[in-house]
Amino acid sequence: METDQIEEMDVEVLSSMWPEDVGTEADKQFNVEKSAGDSDMLKEVDLSEKRTMADLTRLPELMDTTQHGTSQLTNLVKQWEYMQDNAVRLLREELKILTRQREEAEAKELKIIEEHNFETEEPENVPVLDETSDLFRRFRQKKRDALVDSKKIEIDEEFDTVAYWKQKALSLEKMLEASTERERRLIEKLNESLKAMESHSAPVEELTRNLKRAEGFLHFILQNAPIVMGHQDKDLRYLFIYNKFPSLREQDILGKTDVEIFHGGGVKESEDFKREVLEKGKASKREITFETELFGSKTFLIYVEPVYNKAKETIGINYMGMEVTDQVRKREKMAKLREDNAVRKAMESELNKTIHITEETMRAKQMLATMSHEIRSPLSGVVGMAEILSTTKLDKEQRQLLNVMISSGDLVLQLINDILDLSKVESGVMKLEATKFRPREVVKHVLQTAAASLKKDLTLEGTITDDVPIEVVGDVLRIRQILTNLISNAIKFTHQGKVGIRLQVISEPSFASENALDPDAQEQNGLTETSVWICCDVYDTGIGIPENALPCLFKKYMQASADHARKYGGTGLGLAICKQLVELMGGRLTVTSQVNEGSTFTFILPYKVATSDDHSDDQDEFSDMVDHHHEPDDTTEGYFQFKPLLGSIYSNGGPVIGNNFLPHKVMLTSPLKLINGFVADPCNDTGQCETGQVENGGYIDETRLKTSSGHCIESNGQYENGNGRCLSKESESCSSSQASSEGGTLEMESELTVSSHREEEKAETDLKETSKPKILLVEDNKINIMVAKSMMKQLGYTIDIANNGVEAINAVEGSSYDLVLMDVCMPVMDGLKATRLIRSYEETGNWDAAIEAGIDIKTLEDEQACVHSTKRLPIIAMTANTLAESSEECYANGMDSFISKPVTLQKLKECLQQYLH
Amino acid sequence: MNTVVAQLQRQFQDYIVSLYQQGFLDNQFTELRNLQDEGTPDFVSEVVSLFFDDCAKLINNMSRSLEQPENVDFKQVDSGVHQLKGSSSSVGARRVKNVCISFKECCDVHNREGCLRCLQQVDYEYKMLKTKLEDLFKLEQRILQAGGTIPQVDIK
Repeated sequence: METDQIEEMDVEVLSSMWPEDVGTEADKQFNVEKSAGDSDMLKEVDLSEKRTMADLTRLPELMDTTQHGTSQLTNLVKQWEYMQDNAVRLLREELKILTRQREEAEAKELKIIEEHNFETEEPENVPVLDETSDLFRRFRQKKRDALVDSKKIEIDEEFDTVAYWKQKALSLEKMLEASTERERRLIEKLNESLKAMESHSAPVEELTRNLKRAEGFLHFILQNAPIVMGHQDKDLRYLFIYNKFPSLREQDILGKTDVEIFHGGGVKESEDFKREVLEKGKASKREITFETELFGSKTFLIYVEPVYNKAKETIGINYMGMEVTDQVRKREKMAKLREDNAVRKAMESELNKTIHITEETMRAKQMLATMSHEIRSPLSGVVGMAEILSTTKLDKEQRQLLNVMISSGDLVLQLINDILDLSKVESGVMKLEATKFRPREVVKHVLQTAAASLKKDLTLEGTITDDVPIEVVGDVLRIRQILTNLISNAIKFTHQGKVGIRLQVISEPSFASENALDPDAQEQNGLTETSVWICCDVYDTGIGIPENALPCLFKKYMQASADHARKYGGTGLGLAICKQLVELMGGRLTVTSQVNEGSTFTFILPYKVATSDDHSDDQDEFSDMVDHHHEPDDTTEGYFQFKPLLGSIYSNGGPVIGNNFLPHKVMLTSPLKLINGFVADPCNDTGQCETGQVENGGYIDETRLKTSSGHCIESNGQYENGNGRCLSKESESCSSSQASSEGGTLEMESELTVSSHREEEKAETDLKETSKPKILLVEDNKINIMVAKSMMKQLGYTIDIANNGVEAINAVEGSSYDLVLMDVCMPVMDGLKATRLIRSYEETGNWDAAIEAGIDIKTLEDEQACVHSTKRLPIIAMTANTLAESSEECYANGMDSFISKPVTLQKLKECLQQYLH
Repeated sequence: MNTVVAQLQRQFQDYIVSLYQQGFLDNQFTELRNLQDEGTPDFVSEVVSLFFDDCAKLINNMSRSLEQPENVDFKQVDSGVHQLKGSSSSVGARRVKNVCISFKECCDVHNREGCLRCLQQVDYEYKMLKTKLEDLFKLEQRILQAGGTIPQVDIK
């Protein structure tokens, strides 16, 4: 920066390179303002010197015609006048001095005369004492001597004699004579000097001297300056030029234009610039880089000013150039360096950002993969168990409870997947699935689920206006996820009052038209002309959000304040996911809030209105969610309410309104609620609670344990059986009690499984007799084959085995199967490719694609091929649940569903049930 | 006689519980045991011995690949790990499976040192499990010989 400034300063200095005080001596002397024509005049005079070239014949003409010339002449005259004035003044001063001298002389003379008068009277005064009088006289003599310029009048004669007076008169006469002589001489001198003055201060002589001085000065200054100066006429022909290093001769330049003299880059530009100045009549500066054969690449800072004649018409330009090549080069170098630096810095920060993002993503991915793996398996156990339970004989109430349990469990599982999806949304690979669903049901289930785990005195309500369609198409999982997220958020921050969901149809919002351009979003939403915009409010009467916290609300890992984070916990991810999901679906998520009044989160989404014949392939996805709860009144109900159930244990709680089908018993069987009732300090872990109690009191409340949950009973039994006395070893860790309780539940599961197996086996044996389904297992791992085969046997099926994709295709081509279980990762050909090829065959009716892929296909009877191609063969993927074998990839490759490995009897059974009936 | 059977049964129960608790086995082993019935009384031991044979073979192959000081054929190792992971997951050999997971990670980044370490671990784990399960089967045999039945044990 500094250097830059310096350079700029350089330029500034260059532009005004003439020192301010260049002028004639006369100027200074008389303190006259510098006239405009001065420098020009000097320049021109300079031109007439040896170093320069100038058209001397044109010069006087130019001087006569141009304004500069005129002003110059005027200036000369003025100067001359000043000089004269000065001389006159000097003379006058001298005259004044002389006059004064004369006056003095006269005064002296007068005095002398007076003295003389006095002297004549003198003798009368000294009559008595001669000596004294003599003394007196001497004294007076002295005095007189001093007065009359030490000229002594020697009077030898005795006082008062005739001789004396004669002598005195003589001497006085002499003195007078001398004085007159002096006067005369002075006058002479004066005249002389007057004459001399007149003679030697002729104007030309004086001016010439001045000019010579100025020329010397200019010469001194310009000697080594890299400067070129010139004057050009109206046609831009040079009339004269001064050049430090003239490489062209006079005749090469004068009378010619730049273009005629030089060739190369910049010449035309300078010519144009000069012409511009000529036209505009305004002096200006410009930097021009020349590329000429004559002196190579050089940059000049050029100053051009127009020259006017007396009639104020432009007759040409004055031109001055200074070579600034080095400076320009330096400056450009600096600029380039600075630019490079900026670019490098930008790149660096970009790179850092990328690295940071990549690292974060990697870490998140790794964490998510681990998490999904660790959470999914135990959770699927819970859900699986609930599902088994749902196959047993249950009354309506129990079934409803179980439905809530299953859908919640499903949701958690789904959430885990969705957290995985979040990274996919961010990396842009998230795909939305269009499925048919009932908004009322979704709202109800979300509220029901929330109510089931509610620990506060809150009313949950759902309102759906009548114009909301019964069934719409959208990505129900994501919508549920958003709703659940918002509801649980609302509950978390609400301590009393209510939390609710309101659904209403609205007209197409303004932002929709912007988004409409995104065909992807439309396609994925299945958005067509029969779409509807539904606005969903999730409102609460909670603590509200301060206005300053609103902007960062939807940012990842951000919470309203650190205090909130401590008090309420949470990852700060929820709202970020919601917002991203809503936006992915082409909607908007907004929030309004007032501190201590509550908040309302609103999201607006487009949905396709479902048509009744659209029942084809959404069954496999969400059938369990939709089909499990076919309460006839769910479809059109517009209002749900879930009252706080905590109070209902003690008080009557009033009648349960509407569809509140979570009866009081739900709460009684919920362990948390009861513990809340008995123990002042609520804790989340049943096991922990018990052990705490036991340790404290050494006493177990049997009734409580019995009513709390099955787990508790089980663990209680364990303690009694195992140790007799209460918990010496087991009580020290809740995990052991949990483990044992888990053991207890497992027992339950296996019993149930076994019993249900038997029932199903019977059913399946019945089925087998009518039509025995053909199943193909494609798997390369011997042990997996063995296990799967054994499972199938237990389920009452026999299976064919293919060891890889190629074998699978050959098997499918060779005979007709009802179901294919396909491993994804296999040697020779993986499951995904095999599935694609099979699907291609189903679509085209030929195996061309497979043959292209290098599989040897035996020729077939056409009729058989035709039979095959009409039916879609269900293909179930068996995945290891890793990131590499994602469910999405399976679907994308034409698979119908997937079973995560290791394959269990239960999973297999469910799958077969779904696809073989 | 009865007391002997009961003792053996208790012993068997404790032993199998410990195997679950120490993480040698997981739920899939229970699945396997559930698949065993009168028609296939030796199903579990058959599958398991097949698994151990497979282990020995795969580990042998992999160690041969990894012994190369340079240009290790990670693709081959990877397919071996994949096989092993699938099998161990199918029989519920939890520890073996867990080692396989990190083995695969090492393999994915072509970390030969890590692979060798995992290979050693896998070798150790499967042999350990083999002895444990052999003991378990012996115990089973003794119960049967003593005229008892294998007790239902349900642990996760």
